[in-house]
Amino acid sequence: MSATITTQPRSVAILRATSGGRRTWFDRVMRSLALLAAIACVIPLGAVLFFVTVRGIAAVNLDLLTKPARALGVGGGALSAILGTLQMVPLAALLAVPLGVLAGVYIHEYGSARSARAIRFAADVLVGVPSILIGIFVFTFLVLPFRQYNAFAGSVALAVIMAPVIMRTTEEVLKLVPGTLREASLALGVPRWRTTLAIVVRTALPGILTGIMLAVARAAGETAPLLFTALGSRLVNFGDFGKPMDALPMFIYVNARQPYELQNDQAWGAAFLLLVVVLTVNILVRLRSTRRRTP
Amino acid sequence: MRRPDPMLVETPSAPADEAAASTSSGAADPAMAPSESAPSPGSEHGAATEPSSGRLDIANLNVYYGTFRAIIDITLTIRPHAITAIIGPSGCGKSTFLRSLNRMHEVIPDARVEGSIKLDGIDVYDPAVDPVQLRRVVGMVFQRPNPFPTMSIYDNVVAGLRLTGRHRAAELDEVVERSLVRAALWDEVKDKLRSNGTSLSGGQQQRLCIARALAVNPEVILMDEPASALDPVATLRIEELMAELRKNYTIVIVTHNMQQASRISDQTAFFTMGDDRAGYLVEMDDTIQIFTNPRNQLTEDYVSGRFG
Amino acid sequence: MTTLPSAPWLARGTTGGSSDRTFRWATRLAALGVVAILLLLGVQLLDSSWLTWQTFGLGFITATTWDPVAAVYGALPYIVGTLLSSLIALVLATPVGILTAIYLSEIASPRLATPLTFMIELLAAIPSVVFGLWGVFVLAPFLRVTVEAWISSTLGFIPFFGGPTFGIGLFTAGVILAIMILPTIVSISREVIRSVPNTQREAMIALGATRWEVVSKAVLPFARSGIVGAIILGLGRALGETMAVTMVIGNGQAIPTHLFDQAQTIASKIATTFNEATVGIQTSSLIALGLILLVITIGLNIVARLLVWRVAGPVGGES
Repeated sequence: MSATITTQPRSVAILRATSGGRRTWFDRVMRSLALLAAIACVIPLGAVLFFVTVRGIAAVNLDLLTKPARALGVGGGALSAILGTLQMVPLAALLAVPLGVLAGVYIHEYGSARSARAIRFAADVLVGVPSILIGIFVFTFLVLPFRQYNAFAGSVALAVIMAPVIMRTTEEVLKLVPGTLREASLALGVPRWRTTLAIVVRTALPGILTGIMLAVARAAGETAPLLFTALGSRLVNFGDFGKPMDALPMFIYVNARQPYELQNDQAWGAAFLLLVVVLTVNILVRLRSTRRRTP
Repeated sequence: MRRPDPMLVETPSAPADEAAASTSSGAADPAMAPSESAPSPGSEHGAATEPSSGRLDIANLNVYYGTFRAIIDITLTIRPHAITAIIGPSGCGKSTFLRSLNRMHEVIPDARVEGSIKLDGIDVYDPAVDPVQLRRVVGMVFQRPNPFPTMSIYDNVVAGLRLTGRHRAAELDEVVERSLVRAALWDEVKDKLRSNGTSLSGGQQQRLCIARALAVNPEVILMDEPASALDPVATLRIEELMAELRKNYTIVIVTHNMQQASRISDQTAFFTMGDDRAGYLVEMDDTIQIFTNPRNQLTEDYVSGRFG
Repeated sequence: MTTLPSAPWLARGTTGGSSDRTFRWATRLAALGVVAILLLLGVQLLDSSWLTWQTFGLGFITATTWDPVAAVYGALPYIVGTLLSSLIALVLATPVGILTAIYLSEIASPRLATPLTFMIELLAAIPSVVFGLWGVFVLAPFLRVTVEAWISSTLGFIPFFGGPTFGIGLFTAGVILAIMILPTIVSISREVIRSVPNTQREAMIALGATRWEVVSKAVLPFARSGIVGAIILGLGRALGETMAVTMVIGNGQAIPTHLFDQAQTIASKIATTFNEATVGIQTSSLIALGLILLVITIGLNIVARLLVWRVAGPVGGES
């Protein structure tokens, strides 16, 4: 029995042992593997940023920024692409923002739980539709009937990509507005629509803007939906949405496929410009939202 | 069964852990050599007749979460093979104290401990002690029943055993039956061991969780308000079960329910908290003393329902 | 706002009524607009490809010739190219993505997890065409002399892994796709893993499990269907990804039989030939390809979102 000689409690034997060598070892191995995986995720980011920066900066010069592509042969710059992006993306935002925000307001404020779920689901599915199909879709009713590629169709295609994203973020942000604010306003006799716009949407505005910025950044980088709509153009198109127009992503795509080093360099330069814009927006927006989340 | 059952083998000299089990004779294991110095100091309850395993000596224990000191300077002894109840107002650090006993609080980042907790003479915070091993000796049952929803009843019971290498099917069957019998659940589930653990009622789920804890054959079982999510009938079954389990295990239970503490426990520790929200031990004694003749006014007020 | 505080129903009766209704209708219209776009998209693609379905029937899907001169069209080479490149991407991205999600949510300290998460979100923000550019000029030449050379010299005896290596081809497309779907798999798996109740982890810890055992025995089984959903969402993205793949997959017109073959996915086939196609049966057939892709991606999306919802509830629609 217990009281006699060297009775070592069972617990002591277990505590003095380490958890079976194999298990500790396996635990360490798997944890290190997980760390390696996380590092592996970051390496491509570093590699892309590195090459785009190094090769891009070397290619960015005044010509790239101020000259259109030479109509024939090699040379010139990316001006038509830069101007094209600066025209098509804002128009796309102009189309998508009211649609997305109002739809977001609807599912948050008015929709029944069932209709909200259905609409949300449709938006999620739409986000998942390959963007090239959206290009074809817009082609079938804004290009084909007129037998004319045009920048307006390009903007519409980008808007179709942006709208569901804006809708979902709007809804997410509206959820964070305290219900008491709404009630206070309603109790003051403010009609519901004004309450919604002046109080609820107003309060959520920074968040909604964040969503819009991210959607704009995403649209600015899209190529596939523009291929069969805006088509791309070597000419500067300023303001004529009925004609083809270039955009930075298309400029990159086209020039990357040419056999001339100068054009390839221009692709890198344009990629650098595009990446600076897209990543700046993303970094600013995400830094702000993480700072808001942490306290 | 590789691991000796305390019910059958009262002298736990046989090696219990798998590392020792790989050598055919545990007595030769050098890891056991220092064990003679193990008997705990200052043991007023340490009579020779008492079981030698499952005794906890806590000295000057402080637990911090970051800069917040959750419990202050707790010194007490938990008797082996008895039920020790921890009572006190909510937020007084009962759960933190309980979790510090098997180092469960370490899951929270920035948690830190000062002082010592000795289990059968071994400081569980000794760097040489692996918390993973510690938790096999000091098991735990939680407030809400938490069976693994993707496992059958059978698999739930042996989940802990399966962590330590391969076991023969017959061996597992035996452990499942014995654990479920001990958890007073066998008769209710023996015909549906393969069905999902979450198909049981709340009380049955909690007994399943107790069986799961018993299956790895611990010395100490920590219970964090194990019946607070259960109805009275299920609660009664858990209490009866605990009375049964105390023959073989040291049980520490945190409870809000003072009547429960007075019904089931052998000794009771009363915690409360100071102005800085840090919990401390007011007094600890045999349960009958605490509830009938406490030494401290705070305890008296608490057990008699006075406050303010 | 300047009126006296009054009960809401008073206000609704007077000033608010009609504008309230207008506003509500405007929002409803917008919401229905989003749904309508999706429905129209399907209808338009079906309508515009009707000629092809009429001419070739469902045999279009299994036919292997794409010959504008003979006006005979078949989708199989591109379907195979799409599935193979996505499969390669999944094989590479799934273990890395899940392990990363585990690392970020279960192992890393917040101090490390936050910047890592941030960087992976940035990876998702890089435009596809930039990946393509990098793929053509950096990744493809690199893979050709390293990984591809190694695979073909060590595993070359297996027919699928043999053959000449070009850099540009199926394998490089798979690698690029893997990189591009990693953020999707990581972020959604992470959401799902974080939604596993802590009681499950504690139960396993209390049984004496190591950190990894907690993950593999308690967390992953609980989160399993959601993680499968995350992988399927990644697959959906890989199947439809266009620009980067177009730029690195080559222009193979036959069904690929080797890992390093040049090939064509549905999306890349459309991207490279749509503008040159003559309106009629050729355009119609390209749109029919698009319809096949649409059906596959929407189907996968629905399945994936249902799986994720089952574990984590609705997760944000982004990425």
